[in-house]
Amino acid sequence: MRHTISVLVENKFGVLTRIAGLFSGRGFNIDTLNVAPTHEDNASRMTIVTQGDDATLIQIVRQLNKLPEVLEVQDFREHLYVDRELVMIRVKTDSKSRSEIMQITDIFRAKIIDVHPESVTIEITGAEGKIAKFIDLMETFGIETLTRTGTVALPRA
Amino acid sequence: MSETKVKDPRTDNRSSSNDKSEIGPTMSGSDILVAALERENVDTIFAYPGGASMELHQALTRSDKIRVILPRHEQGGAFAAEGYARASGRPGVCMATSGPGATNLVTGIADAFMDSIPMVAITGQVPQAMIGKGAFQETDFFGMTLPIVKHSFLITDIADIPRVVKEAFHIATTGRPGPVIIDLPKNIQQAKAQPVFPKSVHIRGYNPVKHASDLALNEIVGLIEKSERPVLYVGGGIISGNAHEELRELVRLTGIPVTSTIMGCGALSETDPLSLRWLGMHGAAFANWAVSGEFKKEIDSEGQVRVTEIHPGADLLLAFGVRFDDRVTGKVDKFCEKGTIVHVDIDESEHNKNRKVQLPVVSDVKYALGRLVEMFKKRPIQAKFDAWHRRIVDWKERGAFRYSVNEEVMRSQHMRDHLQGMEDQVILPQMAIDMLYELTQGEAIVTTGVGQHQMWAGQYYKSPEPRRLLTSAGLGAMGFGYPAALGAKVACPDRQVVDIDGDGSFLMNIQELATAHIEKIAAKAIVLNNQHLGMVVQWEDRFYKGNRGNTYLGDPDNMEAIYPDYVAMAKGFNVPCERVMFRKDLKAAIQRMLDSDQPYVLDVIVPYTEHVLPFIPAAHTVADMIIS
Repeated sequence: MRHTISVLVENKFGVLTRIAGLFSGRGFNIDTLNVAPTHEDNASRMTIVTQGDDATLIQIVRQLNKLPEVLEVQDFREHLYVDRELVMIRVKTDSKSRSEIMQITDIFRAKIIDVHPESVTIEITGAEGKIAKFIDLMETFGIETLTRTGTVALPRA
Repeated sequence: MSETKVKDPRTDNRSSSNDKSEIGPTMSGSDILVAALERENVDTIFAYPGGASMELHQALTRSDKIRVILPRHEQGGAFAAEGYARASGRPGVCMATSGPGATNLVTGIADAFMDSIPMVAITGQVPQAMIGKGAFQETDFFGMTLPIVKHSFLITDIADIPRVVKEAFHIATTGRPGPVIIDLPKNIQQAKAQPVFPKSVHIRGYNPVKHASDLALNEIVGLIEKSERPVLYVGGGIISGNAHEELRELVRLTGIPVTSTIMGCGALSETDPLSLRWLGMHGAAFANWAVSGEFKKEIDSEGQVRVTEIHPGADLLLAFGVRFDDRVTGKVDKFCEKGTIVHVDIDESEHNKNRKVQLPVVSDVKYALGRLVEMFKKRPIQAKFDAWHRRIVDWKERGAFRYSVNEEVMRSQHMRDHLQGMEDQVILPQMAIDMLYELTQGEAIVTTGVGQHQMWAGQYYKSPEPRRLLTSAGLGAMGFGYPAALGAKVACPDRQVVDIDGDGSFLMNIQELATAHIEKIAAKAIVLNNQHLGMVVQWEDRFYKGNRGNTYLGDPDNMEAIYPDYVAMAKGFNVPCERVMFRKDLKAAIQRMLDSDQPYVLDVIVPYTEHVLPFIPAAHTVADMIIS
C-alpha cells in the first residue's frame, strides 16, 4: 500500500541519513522524498512517499517518532490530505509543434519558463494524476529532460 | 577561495534558555568534556588511548573524580562499561580513539542497543580539516553506528560540548535506555573556550515520560478478574525501569505466577513459589507450558502428526517490559495462541511488532505496576487462582531442570581422551554451576559468554534479585563474560562476581586478564571447557547429523591434551588459574577461587556431549519441545 508520510524534524546534520536508514534497514524503497525548511526556526519538513505493508509502515512511523530530532510524524493514508508536486520538463519543439505544446500547457495551467529554438521548458504543479497525464502528452513530442520535487502534502484543515 | 562557515543562529536556540547555566573558566575542549562528565557523576571510564583521543586521556589525568581503567582491547572496554551499567543501573562509559579504536567498540554498542543498556561511548575523531580526506585512522563513526545507537553526536563546535554531554546522558538513561555516542574531533579537543554548563536538558522531539491511563489499567484489572490462568511475562524493562518492587507487590496481592525473559531474571526471586523461571528456547518447560499450554505430539500409523492439548496454557498473558523476542516465542503466532495478551511497554514501537496483542499500553512499567498495586489495594482481587496454582506445582515437578551422566557421555571421546579409568569423576557443566550456586548461596553476580554455558548459567544459577545475571541476550556476543565481570566488579566491589564462561567465549577477550590483574579487579571466571563450540555442536548433532564444521577448538594433532593451556596463559598474565578434571576436586577448587581476593580462573574440563535441554528448535512451538 502507498503511504505519504510527513515528518517535521529539527534541522540538524545527520537527520536525513537517520530517517533514510529506517527505510533502507527494512528493505523499503523511498519513491519520493522532499525536504525543506518550514516557517518555524530550525525545523524542516520531509515528505516521504513509500510503498509497503501496513504493519512495517506502522513500525517505521513509530521508529521515526523515537528519534529525538523528529518533532512530529503524520502518516497520510486516508486521503484526508492535499498533495502536490512540481515538475520541470524540457520538451523538444520546432516551429510546427510549438503552438500545440503551448495550447496543452495552457489547458493544464502549466507555465512555459524557458524557450529555445529547439526546446521549451515547462513548469507544472498538481496532483499525481494530472502530472502523469501531462507527461504522457509531452512524450509524444519528445522529453529531453525532467526533474520533479516529489510529493509535498498537508492535511486538510 | 577559502570556505567560511557561518554558524546558523537557528541551530543554537537552547543555550540561551538555560538561565541557570554555570560558566566555567577558559579551558581546552578535552578538559571541558571531562568537566562535563564529572557533572554527570561519572566515576569510572573504560578507555583505550590513541592519537585522536590522547588529549582526552591527558585531561583525565587531571581529574580526581574519574577512575580511568585501561582495557586491553576496546571491545573489552565496551563490554566492561556494559557490565558496569548492568550491575549498577548507572550509565557505563567507554572511550576509544578514532578509526580502529572506534570500530572495536561497535560490537559493545550493538550489544547495549539490543539489550537496552544505558551507555555513553566517546570517540576521538581526526581533526575537522581532515574529515573526509581518508586521513590516518579515520572512519565515519557517526555514520557507521547509526543503526545501533539510541542517539549520536558529532561535535562540530567547542561550545556544544557541555550541552551534548548532558543530552547524551539524559537520552542514554531515560525512557527505554540505550547507547549514545559522542564523536569529538581532535582540533576541538585542543581548542580553548569558556564552557557554559547547562543545568537542565530540553530536547523538543524527545519525551521519555509515558504513563498509562487509568482507563487502560482498569481494563487490565478487569481482565485479571475475569481470568482463570493468568501469567505475568516480564523482561529487561522491569530491571531497567527499576520496577521489581512494584512487580513483587502485585504478585503478593494477586497470586499471579511470573515468568521472565533471561533479561528479566531476578525481577521476582527465582526461588519464589510463584516464579516460573525464564521461558523460551532453552527456558523452563513449565514456563513454556504455562504460557502456551502442554501438548502431546504423536505420529500415527499413517505418518500423520497429531498434536493434542493436555493442559491449556495462560488465558491471560500480562507482558511487561518485554519485546516478544524470537528466542522467547518460537513460532510467534503459536505463542500463547489462545490467551488474551496485554503488552505494557514504554516503547510504542514494540507493540504489535513481533506479536499481535489484544491490549497494547504505552507506559513506564514502574508507573503501570505501581498504579495496579494501588488499585488492588483499594479493591482486593476477587478472582482465585487455586486450580491454576495446583497445575503449576505439578508442572514444576514434572518439568524441573535436570541432568545426569548418561550413556552418551560415558561413550564419548572425552572419556577416552581425558578420563580413562576415572570415568566416575566426570564433571558435567551443570554440576559446576550447581556447585557454584550452592557455595555462593546464590549471592554472586554472574556474567556469561554466549552458548551452552550461558543457558546453563541461567538455568542453574537462580537469581534472587535483579542485576545478578548479566548476559548478552539480544546480540548474543561471545566474549562478553569476562570484561562484563570486570565492569560489574568495579561497580559492586563488595559482591562476589563470577564469569561463567565457555572456552570459545573466554578466549575471545582473554586479554582482559591483564586489566584484571593490573587494575586489581577481583573478578573470577569459571571456564566450562569442552574444547568445542558447544551450542553449534548441539545444533550439528540435532540438525546436521553431527557433522563438525569448524566447531572443534582443541588441537587435532594432540586431542588428549587440553588446548589452549589456560593455566599457562593465565600465568603469563600473573593471574592464578587451576585446571579441574575430576569431580572430587571441584568443590575445593571453587571455594579457593571464591576465597581469593584477586582475579582467579578455574579451567573446568567438561564433556562436549551434553545438550542444553529443554530445547524448542527455532521457529517451532512448545509442542515440539525436546525435554530429554
